[in-house]
Amino acid sequence: MEKNVTLIALFAALIAALGLIPPVSLGFGVPITAQTLGVMLCGTILGARRGTFAVLLFLLLVAIGLPLLSGGRGGLGVFAGPSVGFLVGWPIGAFVTGLIVEKWRGAPLMIVAGVAAVLGSIIVMYVFGITGMAIMLDKTLLQAAGIAMVYIPGDLLKAGIAAMLTSALATARPASVLSRLNAQ
Amino acid sequence: MISLTSPVKTRAHGWPAGAKLAGLCAATVMLFMLQNPIAQTAVLAGVTGLYALPGRLFLITGLRHLRMLVPFIAVIAVWHLWSGAVAQGATIILRMLSAVALANLVTMTTRLTDMMAVVRSLAKPLTRLGLRGDVLELAIAMVIRLTPVLAHKGNLLAQSWSARSPRRAGWRIILPFTIIALDDADHVAEALRARGGFDALKES
Repeated sequence: MEKNVTLIALFAALIAALGLIPPVSLGFGVPITAQTLGVMLCGTILGARRGTFAVLLFLLLVAIGLPLLSGGRGGLGVFAGPSVGFLVGWPIGAFVTGLIVEKWRGAPLMIVAGVAAVLGSIIVMYVFGITGMAIMLDKTLLQAAGIAMVYIPGDLLKAGIAAMLTSALATARPASVLSRLNAQ
Repeated sequence: MISLTSPVKTRAHGWPAGAKLAGLCAATVMLFMLQNPIAQTAVLAGVTGLYALPGRLFLITGLRHLRMLVPFIAVIAVWHLWSGAVAQGATIILRMLSAVALANLVTMTTRLTDMMAVVRSLAKPLTRLGLRGDVLELAIAMVIRLTPVLAHKGNLLAQSWSARSPRRAGWRIILPFTIIALDDADHVAEALRARGGFDALKES
């Protein structure tokens, strides 16, 4: 149990530390942060349950007032803003990502982790993010989706990185990719 | 680590955190029911008044926290000026500003320890589902401690990268960074177990 809780706390801290990396601009002015990469890694490396807990722990720290979101944001305000849906989608995205990596053993890990990151941490997360934006900004789902689309290229890039990292980690340290270990 | 609680002491710092949070929930629900731009303007004026009460520094800090909304305000403003539904656009922007500002106000006037007390009492019913409050608190403390440690190790990796390459390190250091982090987790878990693990929490 000590090991599991430490890993959960560590990955929550990892999401926070990735938020300190300055955002990169993808040519057309949309800033992308490394923070959602941390959420993807929670799913692909820790697996569904632990990954979800790590993300929830991180969000709890943000909610009680620590400026851990990229750009030093935090506090209750981020949960009242237009991007609240994405934050709600984070733990669910991590869960789906982790679940796919745990269950789908038939293909190379690079492909599995990539598909899992796209399905869980992009599609699932955007479903929640777009719904939240539609409610907060009083738009239809389609209109909100249009606004949210600007972040898709950056997230696809991050899913690719998460896939490469997970398969590289599995080569270097198979025991560290807990989502693939049978003993939970 | 610096929390977002304002160092400018206000009277609201002394109010019970649970009451402030419940009030915030009620106020946010009400904000979403107001569909009238004039009423929303009045609310935002009231919220701005609350920020102005403790003085200039508090107001400026509060405004700085709202900067994250600028891109959304710009998108909504352009959208509604173009579509002609200006009153609706104004309502959306005013409501968004008030909702986020009110939530930030609670964060700025509540100490981390008071928030933790709320978390502790909210976590109590979850004990039945197997969540241990003392373990949760330890985990929160670990994240607060580990974040600067990880950031420092990431910086060291970036430095050793830039000592060897003229290019930016970028994502290439994330793999060694993750491995270092996983090693740290092993060491921390070992150290916890060596000190009696989570069972020792019960006795203290």
